Amino acid sequence: MMDQAFQFWGIACTLLGLVLLAIFIGSIIVDGIQRIDWDFISNLPSRKADRAGIYTALMGSVWVLVLTTIIALPIGIAAAIYLEEYSKKDKFASILEVNISNLAGVPSIIYGLLGLEIFVRILQMGSSVLAGSFTLALLILPIVIVSTREALKAVPQSLRDASFALGASKWQTVSQQLLPASFGGILTGIILALSRAVGETAPLIVIGALAYVPFAPTNPMDDFSVLPIQIFNWISRPQHGFEVNAAAAIIILLLITFIMNGIAVYFRNKWQKKFK
Amino acid sequence: MERSDTIIEKNTKKKNMIEAQDVKVHYDDFMAIKGIDMKIKANKVTAFIGPSGCGKSTFLRLFNRMNDYVDGFRMEGEISIHGENIYTKKVNVEQLRKEVGMVFQKPNPFPKSIFENVAYGLKIQGIKDKKFLQEKVESSLKQVALWDEVKDDLNKSALALSGGQQQRLCIARTLAVEPTVILMDEPTSALDPISTAKIEELIYELKDKYTIVIVTHNMQQASRVSDYTAFFYLGELIEYDKTKKIFTNPEKKQTENYITGRFG
Repeated sequence: MMDQAFQFWGIACTLLGLVLLAIFIGSIIVDGIQRIDWDFISNLPSRKADRAGIYTALMGSVWVLVLTTIIALPIGIAAAIYLEEYSKKDKFASILEVNISNLAGVPSIIYGLLGLEIFVRILQMGSSVLAGSFTLALLILPIVIVSTREALKAVPQSLRDASFALGASKWQTVSQQLLPASFGGILTGIILALSRAVGETAPLIVIGALAYVPFAPTNPMDDFSVLPIQIFNWISRPQHGFEVNAAAAIIILLLITFIMNGIAVYFRNKWQKKFK
Repeated sequence: MERSDTIIEKNTKKKNMIEAQDVKVHYDDFMAIKGIDMKIKANKVTAFIGPSGCGKSTFLRLFNRMNDYVDGFRMEGEISIHGENIYTKKVNVEQLRKEVGMVFQKPNPFPKSIFENVAYGLKIQGIKDKKFLQEKVESSLKQVALWDEVKDDLNKSALALSGGQQQRLCIARTLAVEPTVILMDEPTSALDPISTAKIEELIYELKDKYTIVIVTHNMQQASRVSDYTAFFYLGELIEYDKTKKIFTNPEKKQTENYITGRFG
């Protein structure tokens, strides 16, 4: 009796989530799909809704994504390798571990404030792509570290034993056995972290990313906008045309994150088989 | 540590490959080894037997310093291999492990090709000569009688091999770096009887060239493959003698009880 009741309740809850998501995506697609064409993607921003495109914002997002990756990856992976393979598992390490997990839960706007103070003001990067990328790199660093550690933890101890027993040094074991063996897991974590970064708005607004940038960035010190800011800006305009534009841009943004998550799932499944 | 023939000569003369003096091991507050003295003969097979938790695996793993990474591990006393104390600061642990190879309980091939598995130990020493690597892989696989089974697909993943083949591959991988001592930690406990027989046969052949120390839970195995047998109990070495003597006429009551299956 209780079993059936719970089963019913569970199905209802699941459906509620799915239906809400379907309604949301459906209405966005209905609103925006007719606006998506090559011109929409390749046009520069404009005051006229039907001529405005997402080119600068899209390029801004790509710049930010690439720079964030370049900054966050080496630091995050190195920190994870150190914590997982080199450091002693003592009290200090466990305090560090808890706090890194906590960092992953800090609201993103706080990172924006930190970025504003350190990168924009103290290091005088201004509201540039570089400052934005550093800020987002800070934001995803805890996620990269945690997921890389998880991936390393999933490598069986016997593999380390085998490598050490043949006279391999720690670094040889890490670089030639552990990293290749955990590559799929690490990649999955990174892609998920980046797909979070691509959707972040608040920290970039805080550091002063502009809603209207006439041209796509050409170097790391240029002003920039990103897709979510462009969407935010369009939605707050009174004209109906911009609402349609916003819906269309949301479709593009969703598409990007879905593709990234898809790739992450693909790699996870591909590499999981390896040890089973 | 130098290697090659001079050492083997020196040690066949000296006879004792491994010497342990008053060895004690602690894991934090727990005393796992309670003061063991032992001499292990060169080019013989020595078996460690005893109930689970008696310290025989811990003792074995001292010889290639595999306990070093275990949290809370502390060791007192002295262990020498080739007459050199291996627990001093100046000992190069990586070099030691090339000299003292190890085969584990569960076959643990790398998730790489068969070739890469055997070549790994050489590659990490910086050996890049393709021809040398190929020859070494072939001769190592021949030594463990795996060559005929795998020679046509050396690029196949080692994980596709059967458990017994994987374990022989792990032995081949160990042989490729030319150790003088091979430690085996229950090498057949995860294998079927036929694979086990093959490994035992292999151990018998290998002892001409290598000093072998094997931990086993299987009494018959100890009596079949070893020349000397050491019985451990609760972190102490109870009795250590020729295998024949241990299994036919042990000095200590405890040893007799264990090998006749009255406890453990």
